[in-house]
Amino acid sequence: MEKPVIIGVGMVPVGEHWRISLRDMATEALLNAMDDAGIDKVDSLYVGNMASGSFIEQENLGALIADWAGLGNIPAVKIEAACGSGGAAVQEGAKAVMSGLEDVVAVVGVEKMTDAWPTDATRYLGYAADAEYELFHGASFVALNALVMRLYMKTYGYTEEDLAHFSVNAHRNGARNPYAMFKREITVDTVLKSPYVADPIKLFDAAPMCDGAAAVIITSKEKAKELGVPKDKMVELAGFWRAIDTVNLANREDFLTLKAAKVAAEKAYKMAGVTPKDIDFFEVHDAFTVMAALSLEALGVAEKGKGAILAKEGQIAIDGDYPIQTMGGLKSRGHPVGATGVYQTVEAALQLRGEAPEGIQVPDAEVGLTQNIGGTGSNITVNILRRV
Amino acid sequence: MGRPMQVARHWRHFREKYALIGGKCENGHVFFPKRPVCPVCGSRNVEEYQFSGKGKVVSWTIVRNPPSGFEYYKPYPLALVELEEGPVVLAQLTDVDPEEIHEGMEVEMVTRKVREFGEDGIILYSYKFRPVLK
Repeated sequence: MEKPVIIGVGMVPVGEHWRISLRDMATEALLNAMDDAGIDKVDSLYVGNMASGSFIEQENLGALIADWAGLGNIPAVKIEAACGSGGAAVQEGAKAVMSGLEDVVAVVGVEKMTDAWPTDATRYLGYAADAEYELFHGASFVALNALVMRLYMKTYGYTEEDLAHFSVNAHRNGARNPYAMFKREITVDTVLKSPYVADPIKLFDAAPMCDGAAAVIITSKEKAKELGVPKDKMVELAGFWRAIDTVNLANREDFLTLKAAKVAAEKAYKMAGVTPKDIDFFEVHDAFTVMAALSLEALGVAEKGKGAILAKEGQIAIDGDYPIQTMGGLKSRGHPVGATGVYQTVEAALQLRGEAPEGIQVPDAEVGLTQNIGGTGSNITVNILRRV
Repeated sequence: MGRPMQVARHWRHFREKYALIGGKCENGHVFFPKRPVCPVCGSRNVEEYQFSGKGKVVSWTIVRNPPSGFEYYKPYPLALVELEEGPVVLAQLTDVDPEEIHEGMEVEMVTRKVREFGEDGIILYSYKFRPVLK
């Protein structure tokens, strides 16, 4: 089956956007992507968003954003897969194009988190966990990941310092990304001296609460040619899949394996006809440092229990063998939950088009992978993008 | 939260929350909570199973920035507890000094208050785990 291509990307800087509403952020990112593709209409809209109903009392985002952006009476829906909503929305858009039912599809990921009181925002993020058996007991999302981090350190003999290298790498790259929320470098010491949120997770092990929106335009190669899109602006969605695991962390067979990522990656690699060695860079879901380590293991980049070594030895840097978080990742660029997967897609497309900012362009990047986690590993998307 | 129908929502879970009753399938697999399909073998022939309440700590954390509704209780310890029958449950630890918590610590289930919903709201109770009394 013919693979779809991304022909336009757009985003707004991630941050605390007190003066901008969800609908305006989403519309700006969407119009940027349409301008980038050189089009003024699309056949349908897919919105990646996790919890707009809780955060700003607004559901029905498909209609709201399509209406606000003046897209006419097209089909438009919201796709929800917790923090993995953005990556999932990209896949739904790709599937619509591959089915032949829709020619040119827009996907926008958006989340407005700072309109809510912080403890309420913590509660809303907890909705991605198992309400009756996790949130009920006062488990925050950070706390659930902290349980995993402690187990990871204990099982493989890592220290908090070992995992801090993931944050240092993310900030080094994010400092060079004008769209990142935290554009400054940090040291291992910065991480270690930051306060505990849920031991052993510290403030600098975790991604921030923030607002953001990113968008991509997806179409077929044939249609892209017809629209006059130059080849060097096309990025193929070469392989993609997603899978679920138990929502309740306690029910997981193995707390230290992201089974959903493993299953999704295997299928995506096969669809793209590549192996982990062919991937030039990885945008993994580092909402927490331990999740970056587990992701590298699930994606087949590192052996089980050895993900953290890649960070320690610097192999995850732009000039390393396995660059990750090339534009700052969730830690430094920011993690507007339902938008994150689309930010990753935009960033991967820019890398493959050779348009990444100076200092963080991966030289001659041909293939990139994005991995977007919903829940504590319960709903995971893997997308593989390739230069056309 | 705290409106009348919340009562029904929590009342549905009394058996598991108050007595740690889970499920057992026809092939002998036990799990918590009880669910309609055995997560191990897929059997739909599932009946209730009473856990002993004894277990040990697999991993733990201290919640310092809790979700709303739990501000009053912070900081509080939360743990993954492996029950002696095999399944793992997430719960708060209670009657324990955070410094004393360690991997493998033997714990037992007790019923404790989890949270309140204001002066005229319902009060939630559930299983928590404390160090085994010697």
